[in-house]
Amino acid sequence: MSDRLRRLQQNGSLLALPTVAWLVIFFVLPLLIVLVVSFMTRGRGGVGQLPFTPEHYERTFGVFFIILQRSIGLAALTTVVCLLVGYPLAFFIATRRRLVQQIALFLVILPFWTNFLIRTYAWRILLGEEGTINGILTGLGLVGEPLSLLNTQFAVLLGLVYGFLSFMVLPIFASVERFNFRYVDAAHDLGANDVRTFLRVVLPLTLPGVLAGCALVFIPSVGAFVTPDLLGGTKGLMIGNLINKQFGGSGNMPLGSALSIVMMALVMISLLVYVFANRRDARA
Amino acid sequence: MKNLTLLICIICLMAPVAFAQDMEHEPWTCPEGYEGQTLSIFNWSTYIAEDTVPNFEAACGVSVNYDIYESNEQMLARIRQGNPGYDIIVPSGGTVQRMAEEMLLIPLDLAMIPNVANVIPDLLGAAYDPENMYSLPYQWGTVGVGYSTEVFPDGISSWDQVWEHDGPVAWLDDRQTMLGIAHLFLGNDPNTTDADEINAARDYLIEKGGNVVTVAADDGQVLLERGDVDIAVEYNGDILQISWDCECDDYAYAIPEEGSNVWIDNLSIPVDAPNPELAMVFIDYILDAKVGADLTNYIWYASPNQASIESGYIDEEILNDPAIFPPAEQVANLFAIIDVGAEAEELINNAWDELLIFLGA
Repeated sequence: MSDRLRRLQQNGSLLALPTVAWLVIFFVLPLLIVLVVSFMTRGRGGVGQLPFTPEHYERTFGVFFIILQRSIGLAALTTVVCLLVGYPLAFFIATRRRLVQQIALFLVILPFWTNFLIRTYAWRILLGEEGTINGILTGLGLVGEPLSLLNTQFAVLLGLVYGFLSFMVLPIFASVERFNFRYVDAAHDLGANDVRTFLRVVLPLTLPGVLAGCALVFIPSVGAFVTPDLLGGTKGLMIGNLINKQFGGSGNMPLGSALSIVMMALVMISLLVYVFANRRDARA
Repeated sequence: MKNLTLLICIICLMAPVAFAQDMEHEPWTCPEGYEGQTLSIFNWSTYIAEDTVPNFEAACGVSVNYDIYESNEQMLARIRQGNPGYDIIVPSGGTVQRMAEEMLLIPLDLAMIPNVANVIPDLLGAAYDPENMYSLPYQWGTVGVGYSTEVFPDGISSWDQVWEHDGPVAWLDDRQTMLGIAHLFLGNDPNTTDADEINAARDYLIEKGGNVVTVAADDGQVLLERGDVDIAVEYNGDILQISWDCECDDYAYAIPEEGSNVWIDNLSIPVDAPNPELAMVFIDYILDAKVGADLTNYIWYASPNQASIESGYIDEEILNDPAIFPPAEQVANLFAIIDVGAEAEELINNAWDELLIFLGA
């Protein structure tokens, strides 16, 4: 029996080998290359060359800083809006009958059937100066002049919330579904009102889903480039757009690498926050 | 009697042909000695007339391999990896210079290309290839402003109208062109490599760009069509395209009087071309008045061929369209983009990134 177990364990590590090799070759090594290139000097055609220099990091935290700030700000705002919209929705779905639940979850996932790029282009048509929304508003006489909706930070926020809302709803749904509603009765019996029950009982017990949802929304939002590219114009430029530009025809790969490393660091920090919050939550 | 009618008909049908030939133009003839050889052409997509290649094959008794690409970078990457066997490529101005510096082009023997005399003199000796050692013009176009004729019933004649317009504007994400336009206003060389001048151009554009809602990659014409912008700085062909598509007068294209960018696509021979002599014969063929005119009549880009224009072979509609053929006084104000070298390239990139950041800040 113990022989079999040992053999199974050995085979188990062998089974992990392809994945480990894959991660080392296609993730760890490229990441190290990006890190090295980010300290190189820009050469002809935008490639990195020696000598090493910290100038790209200086630029990242210099002129690019307001774009970093904007990216974090927009991603944080997206996360908050997704949470405010997604939590009640997830709660609603989780407390329905099985059939309604299934239909509702199906509807949440339905937009993924259409390519993200196409859906974002659709927002351009909706938000345009002569677009659907302005057409309705001016048609009803609610506004005199068409509103400038496209090419604003508002449009980027809308696009990001629209794009990532499901990532918030699904983990919260999973948490709420597992929540035992007899705790609510217990809280009420012990004299807590609805608000207190929610804040002290429901929210803490569904917090893992909330944290997972926030991480899943914040991380892709902070590096988004399709949404700000199509909806943001000059006002909604984000860090992803600037990274994208550095790798084109005559860009600056070392600068692009430095920007990517900084963005990865941001994502890493938010993941660490997630892990620590989760751990504290587990202990509590 | 019947035969006579037939004969008259044939004569009638042939007369215009004979007349056209008599008028001034001998059809292009291929020099001898190329029968049975092969020529490989690597050109942009949708950038040649249907009969250009077959007629060449017939005239010279050769066979032609024809392959296409979508961007200068794509073509450049193929040649850099080692020429896979192309004899003719069609790089834009700055790319000609870059390729010449990287020793990727074979010098032309102009003695084998007598039709070089047909080329508009202003389009020869461009800054990217001052001696036309490596390139001769194929077709050309401009960057200008596409605008809504409803918003600008009197048209646009100056960049100041673009800067001062109280409404949404899209610029073209072409850093050297946009900075070059600012250099014109500041009295500097559009291709300057001076750091202070590049930064001054950046600041000028930031100051004038308050109405810019987007710096569009290459879809300014779509924004204009949808009414999202009133002005789009774009390539002439893109704006003409939406005008043809809608068959309306809602959009127009103009080159502001201060000047703008002119781009020229060129015929060049890449290094290690298997048959450079036949390539030069082909360049001479393209620069023939009739061949060049047929080409332009088909693809609707501006011909660099003076003889094609003067001979009347190019459709009036194309010749009279100032969006395709800008008048001479405008041509004088156009600047070509050159390869400025790695150092200035970085200065320009930095300036452009900063401009994008501060336009939206």
